Amino acid sequence: MNLEIPKKYKGIQNFATIAAKTIFRPVSRKYDVGEHEYPVELDLFAAGLNGMNDGSEGSLGGAATKREDVSDGQVRNGANMANCINIQAMCYGDVGLLLSIPGQGLGNSAISAVANPEQLKRFSKSWAAMAITEPNCGSDSSAITTSARKEGDFYVLNGEKIYVTSGERANAVVVWATLDKAIGKAAIKSFVVEKGTPGMEVVRLEKKMGIRASDTAAIVFTECKVPAENLLGSPDIDIKKGFGGVMETFDNTRPFVASMANGVAEAALERTKQLLEDKINLDYRTPINNVKSVEADLYRLEAEYEAARLLTLKAAWMADNRKPNSLDASICKAKAGRITNQLTLKCVDLCSSLGYSYKELIEKWARDSKILDIFEGTQQIQQLIIARRLLNKSSSELK
Amino acid sequence: MAQKENKSKKETKYPLAAYFEYYNQFLDSSIGKALNLRKISERFVYEGTKNGIKISNAASKVFKGSGNGKAVRLDPGTNSDLFDLSYNEDQLMIQQTIEQFAVKMRNAAEKIDDAFSINEELWNDFNELQLSFLQVPESLGGIMKDKSTVTQMMMVETLAHGDLGQALAFFTRHSVLNAIINWGTDIQQTDLVPEFLQEQPVMASIAINEPTPLFSPYELSTTAEKEGTEYILNGKKNMVPLGETCSYFLVAGKTKNNTNQLFIVNKESKGLTVTLERSMGLNAAQLCELNFENVKVHETAILGGNDGINYNEFINYCKLGWCALAVGCCQAVLDYVIPYANDRFAFGEPISHRQAVAFMIADIKIELESMRILTQRAVSKAEQGLDFEKEVYLAHLLCSEKGMQIGSNGIQLLGGHGFIRDFPVERWYRDLRAVSIAVNGLHL
Repeated sequence: MNLEIPKKYKGIQNFATIAAKTIFRPVSRKYDVGEHEYPVELDLFAAGLNGMNDGSEGSLGGAATKREDVSDGQVRNGANMANCINIQAMCYGDVGLLLSIPGQGLGNSAISAVANPEQLKRFSKSWAAMAITEPNCGSDSSAITTSARKEGDFYVLNGEKIYVTSGERANAVVVWATLDKAIGKAAIKSFVVEKGTPGMEVVRLEKKMGIRASDTAAIVFTECKVPAENLLGSPDIDIKKGFGGVMETFDNTRPFVASMANGVAEAALERTKQLLEDKINLDYRTPINNVKSVEADLYRLEAEYEAARLLTLKAAWMADNRKPNSLDASICKAKAGRITNQLTLKCVDLCSSLGYSYKELIEKWARDSKILDIFEGTQQIQQLIIARRLLNKSSSELK
Repeated sequence: MAQKENKSKKETKYPLAAYFEYYNQFLDSSIGKALNLRKISERFVYEGTKNGIKISNAASKVFKGSGNGKAVRLDPGTNSDLFDLSYNEDQLMIQQTIEQFAVKMRNAAEKIDDAFSINEELWNDFNELQLSFLQVPESLGGIMKDKSTVTQMMMVETLAHGDLGQALAFFTRHSVLNAIINWGTDIQQTDLVPEFLQEQPVMASIAINEPTPLFSPYELSTTAEKEGTEYILNGKKNMVPLGETCSYFLVAGKTKNNTNQLFIVNKESKGLTVTLERSMGLNAAQLCELNFENVKVHETAILGGNDGINYNEFINYCKLGWCALAVGCCQAVLDYVIPYANDRFAFGEPISHRQAVAFMIADIKIELESMRILTQRAVSKAEQGLDFEKEVYLAHLLCSEKGMQIGSNGIQLLGGHGFIRDFPVERWYRDLRAVSIAVNGLHL
């Protein structure tokens, strides 16, 4: 048993940490204040990444991790773990900027999870955003109303999508739409809509509390004609398989989002300790009841952060070893999301008016962190998933 | 893990597993026999046992004789560089066997809690597991080469899944054995270790806690003053498991130059009184108070000899034990509330259909896994011989606070039933309260 970061990933970790410190941090406040400005610093960075990705087993930035075949029975550490380590290190720099790295959208994950070989090749150079949420449906993604109507060699999309990360900057959007609302979940399919397709219009960029470096778009589809070969996966409606296929993507990506939270938590905790340096003495020995209140707070925050970090690595390790990890993916997302939010808020509190001010990034991290307990499945959705699994309940029993 | 003799022709990666496989051809494979170490013990019981130290009624143990001057230590466990959370074949087999025993513990737990003691039959069953051999180095009569902190964590966790109080009682002796192997001088090892490998092994217990508010193991009131060739101990210890049945104790005391050390103190020493002290929980472990009034121990009875030991690290190994205990017990809580919430009807449906209930159970799982993974990290670092002070501190903090929360929510989920002693959750609540407090008794 060993829970240390394997040596072979120290390189990735170091590289990403350096990038976080030298590329992300210096412009972190700039794009927080300048919401909707394009972070040009990332273009050069992304170009470098793509070069590296061609030869490495994991993709930097967090997109596109296909499950590799593991049949020899040997324990292995693979792409999922590498991604988690990498994402955490970069989000230690800035989570908004990580989400804005060209070519690393959540849509890319979806494409790599369900696309056929021809599609994989055709979209390999795409920067794909993900469009699921609608004005009237968030967590309940089976309730979407955006429709896709077959017309000859095309599907015609109609509807409105909101909260599309990088929806304007990306050059493609993976859109969830239903072939027949009456059939329910099984009729929901995903379509790659390339930028510039007539009938697709970015109508708004949201103004947000945090992760302002990352653009969040609202997109309206009006009689938008998409080539039939852009439908990802099978066009047939398989009632039995239902929703499972599309939801699988989330098992893979939850540990990545947990890693984002872990990066923010790491940054906030480190900076807070630096600022408090001459006011605390952490000996990791004195019983918690016998230390200063601020020290007890810091111990608790660190313990929670370490738990979230290790649970995330565990979920990734399971994925790399092809152990079913749906439960553990939700556990790490739930833990990392909630503790990062609590942790960053506490850090502002401990640093008093200094922590509250733009002089430090701590207040920004406290704003950024809130979304991490919401997107890719809210805290409550994760709790539902975990509870249903433990209690062996269906979604109609445990609502 | 290593073995002494391997008659099995089948070479596997896990020699101990092959060994058991070999024996299983001859032993019936009923419950509890999978890991029958009796045969091994018959072969390897250290011959010196008979001539070894007698438990005397003398004022103090004196460790003299001609050791070669070098204590035996287990090597740090070897690990590949991979991140890996799996147990190996040996560990899985040991776990399976202890799980079967833990079922007996669970079934007997209510009676034992009421009786404030573990019955003889269960003690005999436990002793038959002969876990000591899985702790002791080859040269001292066991079968080990490398440290097996992970295996021991798994043992304690699995026992505590049966019952926390009993697990503490059962592992009390093995903890002292660990302490002697980890810290004893060569003479202390050759004198004391064989007593653990006998058919009726010796009982001994670690005593660190003192009955004072805001107790810290680093600020002891118990003093050990040197006088000639002796130390004079004064002070009070409490929460000591199985105090009445022990032959000796490892007692933490502060010496004149303000360093803390452990002293090997005979129970029959003059000036030492042992009193049963009923407490909130841990009834199975028969907690005792020890009162030291000018108790004399020979200077050779300081654990680790003149140089003493790294006391901080000693405490950290104790904490690891309590973490594992908390994890096992909280797993028991989770395993209990799941079927309960599914079977209990209110307002026309199982209470598990309500988010207020279901989310509490989800949170128990999330925090339990948090406790477990921090414990695993600390333990795996300890086994590899790496510094684990930070890790065990954080693990212990989480196990203390989340563990208590889980214990409390276990009762809450059962409502009024939870408060009634027909149901085990109130016992777990009482037992889990000890985790943040106790250093005593356990040592991985």
